[in-house]
Amino acid sequence: MSYRQWVTLAAVVALWCGIWACQPKPGTDNINPDPTPINPTFKTTPLDWKKPANFPDPVYNFNANPLTTQGFTLGKALFYDGLLSHDGTVSCGFCHQPTAAFAHTDHALSHGIRDQIGIRNVPAIQNKAWQREFFWDGGVQDLDLLPIAPIQNPVEMGDTLANVLRKLRNDPRYPTLFEAAFGTKEITTERTMKALSQFMLTLVSSNSRYDKAVRGEGPALTNAETRGLTTFKAKCATCHATDLFTDNSFRSNGLPRIPNAKIDDVGRGAITLKPEDNYKFKVPSLRNVERTPPYMHDGRFWTLEQVLNHYATNPASSPTTDPALRGLTLSNAERTDLITFLRTLTDNEFLSDRRFRQ
Amino acid sequence: MRYLFYFVLFCTVSISCSREVMDPQTGSLAVRFDNVVGGADLNLNGTTYTNSSGEPYTISALNYFVSNIRLRKVDGSEYVVPQDSSYFLVRESDATSQTIRLNNVPLAQYTGLSFLVGVDSLRSVSGVDKRTGVLDPGTGSHTSGMAWDWNTGYIFMKLEGTSPVVNPDATGNRNYRFHIGLFGRNGTPNNLRRVSIAFDGASVTPDNPARSLVTIRANVQTIFAGRTRLSLAQSPNIMIAPKSSEVADNYAGMFSFGNLTTGPQ
Repeated sequence: MSYRQWVTLAAVVALWCGIWACQPKPGTDNINPDPTPINPTFKTTPLDWKKPANFPDPVYNFNANPLTTQGFTLGKALFYDGLLSHDGTVSCGFCHQPTAAFAHTDHALSHGIRDQIGIRNVPAIQNKAWQREFFWDGGVQDLDLLPIAPIQNPVEMGDTLANVLRKLRNDPRYPTLFEAAFGTKEITTERTMKALSQFMLTLVSSNSRYDKAVRGEGPALTNAETRGLTTFKAKCATCHATDLFTDNSFRSNGLPRIPNAKIDDVGRGAITLKPEDNYKFKVPSLRNVERTPPYMHDGRFWTLEQVLNHYATNPASSPTTDPALRGLTLSNAERTDLITFLRTLTDNEFLSDRRFRQ
Repeated sequence: MRYLFYFVLFCTVSISCSREVMDPQTGSLAVRFDNVVGGADLNLNGTTYTNSSGEPYTISALNYFVSNIRLRKVDGSEYVVPQDSSYFLVRESDATSQTIRLNNVPLAQYTGLSFLVGVDSLRSVSGVDKRTGVLDPGTGSHTSGMAWDWNTGYIFMKLEGTSPVVNPDATGNRNYRFHIGLFGRNGTPNNLRRVSIAFDGASVTPDNPARSLVTIRANVQTIFAGRTRLSLAQSPNIMIAPKSSEVADNYAGMFSFGNLTTGPQ
């Protein structure tokens, strides 16, 4: 090729590059400002998270939020920090206590800032990677969006997420923790929520005596426990299904209305706006049930005996009461065996796990 | 080598020719939402207006999401603004929020546009990484109270104020509140509405920097008297009730073409 051709070729290539550069970039005026570039030496330590052999596949999208040691550490710091509430007094862990499978056993109803009392029993935080809908009424469908509700609920943490982010940015500890987890000191909604999810996702309860028996890792269940399991499978497992002990559905279990209750809580009906969903609530898991009193969405029962007594004595038949409860009978012997079985779902390794403590 | 040279040259020329205008190929377009009450400019808190039910009322807040914008060309085809650049929150209390700027718009003559009032159902169920800018629950929307966290979803349109025909609430004030959202999840009503606006036969071409401004008028009176006439005395609070769809139908009709100006913006 001649010199002239080389020059022309170079010019053509340059022109081509120019065209490339001129391309409109759709979405480049994105609503996001460009974040600070991530330090090239940034590295996180993947956190080992395994699906227990006797569990179904999780539903949480771990690809969008890979668990890391640094993310867990940040999430745990956030979980136990009262900074997330308006007056600094109420952290997530204030209500969600490790020894109660991250439920609350001191109050029937949630307890928020300035000693305000909410309308529902604090649900446990365990095995959330298997749950698609959150809260008793399933109003939130994404674990990564869940913490916004308690943070902004006036009778729980009573702040705004915007203000919480502001406080985190001004806190001496957090920018460093965010940098370790996500590569820069930037504190955003996404990072805050994902870190909290990371902590919650590690709260897996799968090492109860029942689990170990099922997986052949520990002693088999006793005769009484096995009788209880048989009754359970026949009479309870329609709703408390799989080794998660919930089918994650919303049902009315026929609780009679408490006449002088402050509100008439219609539960799921308030979300779907359908009368046929009134008084339905999420079927809770029975894992660690022995350690998570009180029971029911309004915390009306304090013992498992009371719960079984409710089911055995013909639940009030409201129009939405679940048909699966129709004709349910439980003899005294069955109730005793059931409770014996339910106690095998207590997972002491999980309840006493130091990694999850403050 | 010679053939390679001509091949590269040919490719370059064909690529160059396939794009009508090389640089600039795109421009910007500004759209202003002018909130009015009847013939008058909207005045927060100060002015008392009268709706079609003859009820006096004031307005303390008017916010709405504008999203998923499409620009209509002379030939009837549409340019769909890339979705990530197509979410805006118009707030009467914030003048800068009332003019939205569409960038990187292909150069063409546009004779109209359409948009959703609200946040489309897909984005309403998207992950937290897709909730940025005005959709960020930690900055934009929640600061303006434009999202529900207990029943995840954005509030598409919020109108609040007072009226003497409303009974005092727990605060002792005669407040009314329209918080309209819901996008059809779990069988709830779908209150998303697409609004289409024609520029009255005129057309606009994007420019760089934006010189063209389309003004769209939003008449609050229509929220009370569109398809359905609403009475504040009867329904001072409309949020998730079935009546929310009537409000959505009404406000979908409150937008009209105002005017088109060209010149430095």
